[in-house]
Amino acid sequence: MKNKTSFPPQEGEARPSRCPDNSAFKQQKLPAWKPQLTIATVLSSFFLTGAFCLLVGVCLILSANSVREIQIDYSDKCSECSKLRENSSNWNKECHCSINFALKEGILGDVFMYYGLQNFYQNHRRYVISRSDAQLLGRNANIQKSYCAPFTTYRNGTPMAPCGAIANSMFNDTIDLFYNLNSSVIQVPLLKTGNSWWTDKNVKFRNPESYNLSSAFAGTARPPYWQKPVYLLDEEDERNNGYINDDFIIWMRVSAFATFRNLYRRVKRIRQFADGLPAGNYTFRISYNFPVTKFKGRKHVILSTVVWSGGSNPFLGIAYVVTGTAATLAGFVITAIHLKLRKKKTYFQK
Amino acid sequence: MCWDPGTHFIIAARRRSRSYICKKFPKLLKRKKRRKKEKKKKKRTNNSIKTSKYNFFTFLPLNLFEQFQRIANAYFLFLLILQLIPQISSLAWFTTVVPLVLVLAVSGVKDAIDDFVRSWQVVGELDEKWMNVQVGDIIKLENNNFVTADLLLLSSSEPHSLTYIETAELDGETNLKVKQALTVTAELGEDLQKLTEFNGEVKCEAPNNKLDKFTGTLTLRGEKYALDNEKMLLRGCTIRNTEWCFGLVIYAGPDTKLMQNSGKTTFKRTSIDRLMNVLVMVIFAFLGLMCLILAIGNGIWEFDKGYYFQVYLPWAEGVNSASYSGFLMFWSYVIILNTVVPISLYVSVEIIRLGNSFYIDWDRKMYYPLNDTPAQARTTTLNEELGQIKYIFSDKTGTLTQNIMCFNKCSINGKSYGDVYDMSGQRIEINENTEKVDFSYNQLADPKFAFYDHRLVEAVKLNDVPTHRFFRLLSLCHTVMPEEKKEGNLVYQAQSPDEGALVTAARNFGFVFRARTPETITVVEMGETKVYELLSILDFNNVRKRMSVIVRSPEGDLTLYCKGADTILYELLHSSCDSLKEETTEHLNEFAGEALRTLVVAYKNLDEDYFQDWIRRHHEASTALEGREDKLSELYEEIEKDLMVGFSGNLGQALGEAARLVVLGCVTGAVRNMAVLAMNIGYSCNLLNDDMEDVFIIEGRTSDDVLNELRNARKKMKPDSFLDSDESNIQFEKSSKKTKIIPDEEANGVYGLVITGHSLAYALEGNLELELVRTACMCKVVICCRVTPLQKAQVVELVKKYKKAVTLAIGDGANDVSMIKTAHIGVGISGQEGMQAVLSSDFSFAQFRYLQRLLLVHGRWSYIRMCKFLKYFFYKNFAFTLVHFWYGFFSGFSAQTVYDEWFITLYNLVYTSLPVLGMSLFDQDVDDRWSMLFPQLYVPGQQNLYFNKMVFVKCMLQGIYSSLILFFIPYGAMYNTMRSDGKAIADYQSFALMAQTCLLIVVSVQIGLDTSYWTVVNQFFIWGSLSVYFAITFTMYSDGMYLIFTASFPFVGTARNTLSQPNVWLAIFLSITLCVLPVVGFRFMKAQLKPTPSDKLPRMAFKPEHLRLRRTSTRRSGYAFSHQHGFGALIMSGRNMRPKSPFATTGTFSPNSEKYKHKGL
Repeated sequence: MKNKTSFPPQEGEARPSRCPDNSAFKQQKLPAWKPQLTIATVLSSFFLTGAFCLLVGVCLILSANSVREIQIDYSDKCSECSKLRENSSNWNKECHCSINFALKEGILGDVFMYYGLQNFYQNHRRYVISRSDAQLLGRNANIQKSYCAPFTTYRNGTPMAPCGAIANSMFNDTIDLFYNLNSSVIQVPLLKTGNSWWTDKNVKFRNPESYNLSSAFAGTARPPYWQKPVYLLDEEDERNNGYINDDFIIWMRVSAFATFRNLYRRVKRIRQFADGLPAGNYTFRISYNFPVTKFKGRKHVILSTVVWSGGSNPFLGIAYVVTGTAATLAGFVITAIHLKLRKKKTYFQK
Repeated sequence: MCWDPGTHFIIAARRRSRSYICKKFPKLLKRKKRRKKEKKKKKRTNNSIKTSKYNFFTFLPLNLFEQFQRIANAYFLFLLILQLIPQISSLAWFTTVVPLVLVLAVSGVKDAIDDFVRSWQVVGELDEKWMNVQVGDIIKLENNNFVTADLLLLSSSEPHSLTYIETAELDGETNLKVKQALTVTAELGEDLQKLTEFNGEVKCEAPNNKLDKFTGTLTLRGEKYALDNEKMLLRGCTIRNTEWCFGLVIYAGPDTKLMQNSGKTTFKRTSIDRLMNVLVMVIFAFLGLMCLILAIGNGIWEFDKGYYFQVYLPWAEGVNSASYSGFLMFWSYVIILNTVVPISLYVSVEIIRLGNSFYIDWDRKMYYPLNDTPAQARTTTLNEELGQIKYIFSDKTGTLTQNIMCFNKCSINGKSYGDVYDMSGQRIEINENTEKVDFSYNQLADPKFAFYDHRLVEAVKLNDVPTHRFFRLLSLCHTVMPEEKKEGNLVYQAQSPDEGALVTAARNFGFVFRARTPETITVVEMGETKVYELLSILDFNNVRKRMSVIVRSPEGDLTLYCKGADTILYELLHSSCDSLKEETTEHLNEFAGEALRTLVVAYKNLDEDYFQDWIRRHHEASTALEGREDKLSELYEEIEKDLMVGFSGNLGQALGEAARLVVLGCVTGAVRNMAVLAMNIGYSCNLLNDDMEDVFIIEGRTSDDVLNELRNARKKMKPDSFLDSDESNIQFEKSSKKTKIIPDEEANGVYGLVITGHSLAYALEGNLELELVRTACMCKVVICCRVTPLQKAQVVELVKKYKKAVTLAIGDGANDVSMIKTAHIGVGISGQEGMQAVLSSDFSFAQFRYLQRLLLVHGRWSYIRMCKFLKYFFYKNFAFTLVHFWYGFFSGFSAQTVYDEWFITLYNLVYTSLPVLGMSLFDQDVDDRWSMLFPQLYVPGQQNLYFNKMVFVKCMLQGIYSSLILFFIPYGAMYNTMRSDGKAIADYQSFALMAQTCLLIVVSVQIGLDTSYWTVVNQFFIWGSLSVYFAITFTMYSDGMYLIFTASFPFVGTARNTLSQPNVWLAIFLSITLCVLPVVGFRFMKAQLKPTPSDKLPRMAFKPEHLRLRRTSTRRSGYAFSHQHGFGALIMSGRNMRPKSPFATTGTFSPNSEKYKHKGL
């Protein structure tokens, strides 16, 4: 550093030139693409987007309209049961309720049965975190460390399995569908498995390892609102019992909004129902266990088909049509303004 | 010696008044012995400065402490504490810790490097041997040494212990000055023994900033001697023409007059910095408002719904009322919405500035090969300010013109020389390959001198009388001092560079000025030594603008030779040479058009009797007690009348480029030059030109005069500015006490203003300063002449105070330091001796003309990049964060986040940081050639158009709009819907994934839209960030990650199950369209309806030939700009003459002589 004194450098003193490199990067001359907002690009982007959106929007609306959907609000229709459930001391009293409806035309194709809840804040922060994923993986996890409180243990120290507010509040109505054909009543065959995501069923939920399920859950107790312990959720199917019960798994995938629907059953396409649900009279027979009146909630049962774009929600279709129209109109406005301005010289005068 | 702008001086405690008592000077300190002195560490001020802030151990605590003083960082610390409270914690700890640690680490590393580099630079640039100089030391200085402390001159090698110094660094004047030691101390000579035993006591005033005043006494052997400024060598001077001298250190380090003058080092911040701080506060307020709304919402919700929902979700422990829950939720939302406060803003801004500073260092077009000096961004925090400069303060000559002059062209007896013509008579450009005139016939020629026109040499060789007379005049009529250490190796010490250039020219053409005594001038004329008798020097001064000598040739002819400014000399010419005058004028115009500095020379033969009479009267006048000056000038005038023949000589200067920037300024009407320049320099630099309606001169000697002059000027420029209805006047009425910001006023034409230092002193006082600012800022060019360093700083300060504008000061000498430090941006001209200006500057380069590139290219780009960056940065954070706000209304105001926590952690750091950095490091709206050619492009920066509060509000609105789209489109698309296989999709995790994917693609498209210069790097960053997002998402949502880190990655399978759905992608596409298409339309329409300068550029092939800049050609004599009396009196008195000039006094030496050949040289 001696040579950096305030005196001029000695002649003959060898020193590398301090001239900066002549690289494109250092001289800020990197080759570059310089897109400009020209009238051509702007108008083409508006018109092309407009056309595309209109096209997609029309397709979406058409396909959403082709979805057949029957939604029945049964929170009022089963008012007796609702009242019974308002008093929690009646928790072990059974209450049934039937709802009739008629199909003028048959519903063809795969038919899905959903239960819908309204005003049920599954997306509340404290609700969302109130679970123990480790426990649901069948691990011997310390649920005290999770956010399950206050549904962690009973006073005597017995841990709840599964713990947390989500599990505790599991939807436990039983809904059966009957087809009334010539005064005979046929139960519509429903599939209760294969309704959840593969990853949930096979990765996210696992039962504790043991020789049988009841011993696996020994030393734990059911959540307070449950009528039966977790290992009795589906006594008929070993692979749909315990934590890997589909109804349970679906419930545990909390909804993003306070109004939501969860897949409950699928119509098994056999015999009369091979093409879907034929026209005729049907009855929902509901074992009413899940109280909603206390928090002004509502319950629905929904039968629906699906298309490539999902269910009957027309939002996307309408939004696309509106966007497409707006983009096209804006394109015309821009064209008009541009044509009007073109005569004016906006460039610098040299 | 080095004074770094960013350092704090650590000095021994300074008492108010102090007398330096130097009882004993223990050793003579020849510089080599300096080390021994170190052991004696006394509490005297020494010459060193401590510059580094940290050491190894203090770094971490000190740096962390400093960083947490930043409000955003402190806020994040506060957030961390909040997150430790379980009732409030709404986000995992890592969402704030990871960004905070990263930001702290990056800033910390940068600080450490800065600190290291600074201390390293200082050690490097500080000449180590000067560091330990202490008060009381005796220092030996040699010729061309730089004085590094304030010294009392003790003795010197020259007769009468005279010492010549150049004070350019100190006051900007390039002429030599003389200092003389006391006779008692002069006796010491260079006798080391005596000097060592020197035992005296100096009492002097306390350190102050008066450069021209010093009082003190020296007590030596019981006797007192008065000390004044004549005996002081101030720091910043350079010893010239003096072999050696000894000095006693009176003031050292920061006590020196120079340092006292250099003003306070202030920490400079850009206006965008200040704006950012304001905006961060606005954001805090906005955040508080949002949290308040949500907290109230939560209270209502808990009261209305949550209370009943307790069946399934009991209230948290300790919460017993809805309002308490709302209170807790306020803090939870403070945590959730923290991303609206841009923690990485500061660190990103620093990185961008650093990058843009490197571009300045790397720019080859600002590299000066002659002294191997690249441009240097010494401060890396001010870049974008370079794009907003409104007022430039420049030092005079040295800075503007390089101060190197050479003889280029001349017109002798109506014949013009200097241009080179080819065979067909076409003028050809002179470049390195042009054949130079061969001066080898003249052994005394200066090898560095270059001339290209062979006709002139031939004219000399042919003994053309007027040509000979021309060069004889040049070799006689001057006050240059010759120095000839080795035979034939002549060195001229000129008072001003133009004198030196002229004498050198004469020397090369065979009229070698060899030596002078008070009575004689020895000239070797075409190999023949002639001794002229010097009878009188009619010295130069500012009014006369000319100088003359009266000599008697060896043949006995009496002649008066005169040179001076053309306008002056033309009036003195005899009527017989009118025709010649016209021809010469034509040539002069031609030369001036090429920005050459011109002067005219003339001679007159004198009658012996008349002269004798004149000299007698001259003697009387010069001894007269009253009106001596006037009488002398009368006499001078008398004898200089009726000069005979006019010639014109022309000095070329490296001036052209400098002038161009100023011309540019005039074109834009924007860059206003309040140059600290002398008036005639103003003309020669084209600062002032004939396009101007008027140039006002303020030279009042009293406060009232100055006020009147200023008012009159303003009246002429804008007559209605005195009306009460005037906007500015109304504003004054309104804001009485506060510092007033004066709005810009437009004058009715282009005006210039020249103000002398004396008047400036009055104008800077209290009530006049407002008047000064108003008048001065209406002018395009303001020139202040003869000002002290402090005044320069005051002028800058004045503009800073009253104008909301960014100022830049540029200078090369120590006298500019104060102004450089005061201005928003200080620029130093580097590569010359003395680094004071450079060391206190923020940017430095070797040539004034690079300023244009620095501002128009680098400054403009930096500013645009910074603005684009800020706009995008605020936009992306608003769009990101506000989605949580909307979600609050749908999730019971429970502080539920929309996105995955990992996404929140990585969004600012990984997914969106590199594309925006890429843009702000590479973006160019137009390339550098366009930037230079169209200074109009610079105007938006001056007006602060690209980023201000309005723009910020627009960003915010755009962010709010985007967040609405980003929330409601996924919401609508997911509401009560299912996958195409009937399974669920409206679950929280799918919604989160969809919303975050929408967001990320939207902001990526937005950055694509903002980027106007897509380099490979930009492509890589944008596409890379998107792919990294998907890669990280799929990895984090994979089975393996879930099974290993169950608690951290609960989103297992979401990506696979959601992103395979067509309606998810349709929703994403729709959000992008809705977010981006309006922006495209809006931008296009804005460019059409309200185009910015860069929108107006014609998009066509670059055709430089059409875009030549015009050159103003005005003829002004540039001669006569040293504002001091010449050396005439000194030369005539002979005080500065040395008895030893062995080669010259022999009078026989000539290149062709036998003696010369014998020597075999």
